[in-house]
Amino acid sequence: MNLLGAVEEGFKKYVTDFNVGDTVRVSVKVVEGDKERIQPFEGAVIARRGGGTRETFMVRKVSFGIGVERIFPLCSPTIDKIEVLKRARVRRAKLYYLRGKKGKAAKIKEKEREPRWTSTSMTNS
Amino acid sequence: MMGILGRKLGMTQIFMEDGKVCPVTVVEAGPCCVIQVKTLDNDGYEAIKVGLLEVEEKKLKKPLAGVFKKAGVKPYRILKEFPMSGLKVGELLTVERFSKGDRVSVTGISKGKGFQGVVKRYHYAGGPASHGSMFNRAPGSIGSSSFPSRVWKNKGLPGHMGSERVIVKNLKIVDVRTDQNLLLIKGAVPGAKGTYLEIRKED
Repeated sequence: MNLLGAVEEGFKKYVTDFNVGDTVRVSVKVVEGDKERIQPFEGAVIARRGGGTRETFMVRKVSFGIGVERIFPLCSPTIDKIEVLKRARVRRAKLYYLRGKKGKAAKIKEKEREPRWTSTSMTNS
Repeated sequence: MMGILGRKLGMTQIFMEDGKVCPVTVVEAGPCCVIQVKTLDNDGYEAIKVGLLEVEEKKLKKPLAGVFKKAGVKPYRILKEFPMSGLKVGELLTVERFSKGDRVSVTGISKGKGFQGVVKRYHYAGGPASHGSMFNRAPGSIGSSSFPSRVWKNKGLPGHMGSERVIVKNLKIVDVRTDQNLLLIKGAVPGAKGTYLEIRKED
């Protein structure tokens, strides 16, 4: 019996499947005083690291011309939900090179095929 | 002061209620069987002796096996005394006696590091690594000359490091899982995985 693993298992939760390069909207629970509200953070996933309940992912967005990056623990209870807005095709596991790029150069190529999870009207031609 | 015996399972991290990550050591503690109760009248002080890890009787030396026979309990491998009262021989000491937020001190045998030099063992600064320096990790001068004509006691010199009894005090209990006999203690405790630990509640 692996008791140590069982401790970690208790914090596991279902998360949407997403990959590096995808554009996601992370809904973060924010506590202000005694009220709790949801704050979205939208941007591209530029890295995923760690495994199990220790896994984290890094989201980068450009806000008013300033790059903002946030690292979220994947299984954190403060994350309400993760929505995938765009799927992308990338050839690297870590997209740190985006930091030095601006405008068109910082674009991530989108996946050509519609991802399956939204494909209600997709037809095979 | 209340105590319990346990085994270090390893470290991991958990999420607290506020969503913050907390590094924890998972310790499988107890249930420990009470083997002997020491009283003020009989022994001059109050304590209980508890055992952990059941063992076959034939593996014990006869005098020790007799201790268990007399008490009428199963033989155990690890025995320890804790200065507490209120338990009878044969009763079990479990993690239920601990609660969330308790402060504990944890005693264990630290990881062995082997024969080490003064830089690792006593944090001597050592010398420069480059620029032709020939003084790298040596201890340097270890004392004065005609007085005292000897090396002072407790002068830090190379030698065996680790594998010694270490106490870490004032650690916080983050969670108690009574069904699995687990204690989740914030931070690190001495020793490798599988090290047997004494966990004492701080009053």
